[in-house]
Amino acid sequence: MSYVPDELKYTSSHEWVQKTDNGTYRVGITEHAQEQLGDIVFVELPETDASYAEGDEAGVVESVKTASDIYAPLSGTVVAVNEALEETPELINESPYDDGWIFELQAENDAEYDNLLSADEYRALLADE
Amino acid sequence: MKKTALNQAHRQAGAKMVDFGGWEMPINYGSQIEEHHAVRRDAGVFDVSHMTVVDVSGPDSQAYLLKLLANDIRKLDDGQALYSTMLNESGGIVDDLIVYRLGPEQFRIVVNAATRDKDLAWMQEQSRGFDVELMERPHLAMLAIQGPQAIDKAKAALPQTLAAQLNDLQPFHAVWDGEWFVGRTGYTGEDGIEVMLPEDQAEHFWNQLLAAGVAPCGLGARDTLRLEAGMHLYGQDMDDTVTPLECGLAWTVRKSDHDFTGGQALEAQRAAGVPHKLIGLVLEGRGVLRPGQVLVDAQGHEGLVTSGSYSPTMEKAIGMARVPRDFSAPIHVKIRNRELPVTVVKLPFVRHGKIITQL
Repeated sequence: MSYVPDELKYTSSHEWVQKTDNGTYRVGITEHAQEQLGDIVFVELPETDASYAEGDEAGVVESVKTASDIYAPLSGTVVAVNEALEETPELINESPYDDGWIFELQAENDAEYDNLLSADEYRALLADE
Repeated sequence: MKKTALNQAHRQAGAKMVDFGGWEMPINYGSQIEEHHAVRRDAGVFDVSHMTVVDVSGPDSQAYLLKLLANDIRKLDDGQALYSTMLNESGGIVDDLIVYRLGPEQFRIVVNAATRDKDLAWMQEQSRGFDVELMERPHLAMLAIQGPQAIDKAKAALPQTLAAQLNDLQPFHAVWDGEWFVGRTGYTGEDGIEVMLPEDQAEHFWNQLLAAGVAPCGLGARDTLRLEAGMHLYGQDMDDTVTPLECGLAWTVRKSDHDFTGGQALEAQRAAGVPHKLIGLVLEGRGVLRPGQVLVDAQGHEGLVTSGSYSPTMEKAIGMARVPRDFSAPIHVKIRNRELPVTVVKLPFVRHGKIITQL
């Protein structure tokens, strides 16, 4: 099974969420998601200051094979995007949990974070796929 | 799901397997882009054993194929190959195919896997009144070895009698020895060969190719390679409702006579004016062209992207589209909720490792 770090939270649509030291939430797609997509060639990033409700489409990741929406895992406002992905989208393949992060949200309601899947719950979801 | 003789070999090579028209086939062995570059720069091998091989024999073989096929098999000598379509009565494309002449009364046809059932039924129906025998060859494996180094590297893996003939083998020609068959054909825009062989020898041949430094390549790379080469994919760039005149394949239709199935319909369409044409596209900005996206021109006419992907060689999104005949620049493509400008270009985009498209 692909790598699922213990310290992150997850969505059933294969985003990961990391609570940062300054209270924002960093979002990317999981190793499993990038493996399914294959070579990533284009990322449509959200705009900084855009607001989303939980589950809204916030961006798109396109591989050679297909396009896949990225959903906001929490309601909130975008405070940062990973601009390196504009020139080097393959960072998501090479480093999905680190250099390949996609955007950061200021959450409206921190309780939504607690409701996300734990690493164990996400592993169970992958095992069922 | 149906499996080829190389199913285990693919898994051993690290393939990600997918359902491809009812066949379990490798989509890639890690990176589709690296496999693409291997074929443009060196040599790669594709398992295309899912494709359907049909041998045609009998005294009426030539007459039958003149009726079945829109191209002219009278151009062929023994050992020569030809690309053609076969049409329905309305001129729509039943399938595209390669036909090899093995002898005056012996031909071999390779059609697509996804269209096997309807193709065989159509070929059978069209054979009524002709003294011919159609024999499917499901126990032949088929490997495409493609790239500038493909022929050199394949020599080490082929039986010596065939390897010795490769230096003199011209494009679109074939040689054979027993059940082994080698055609200098392909679907990538590179030099290379397609080899048919008994399926029980396929894994050994595959292993020999890998040992000779040929990279295993999946159907993902096959699609981006053929798209860069401006080659059509059945079911996307053409289907039963599209004539060859409407999709850039007029060059495959013989002019000497119209005595093939669909020939009268094509004549009528020529006389009335062909309603569509096929164009090549490059997306100017960032994003990826995909089949099914809608194009719009300045007059508000709409066209349809039939093939689209990311070109690893050009590092841009490219595609092919079927558009009304008077479709004219400037053209935009609708991607999600935006309209992005695209440039119309001649095909192919890439041939023999070189970018042809001038922007």
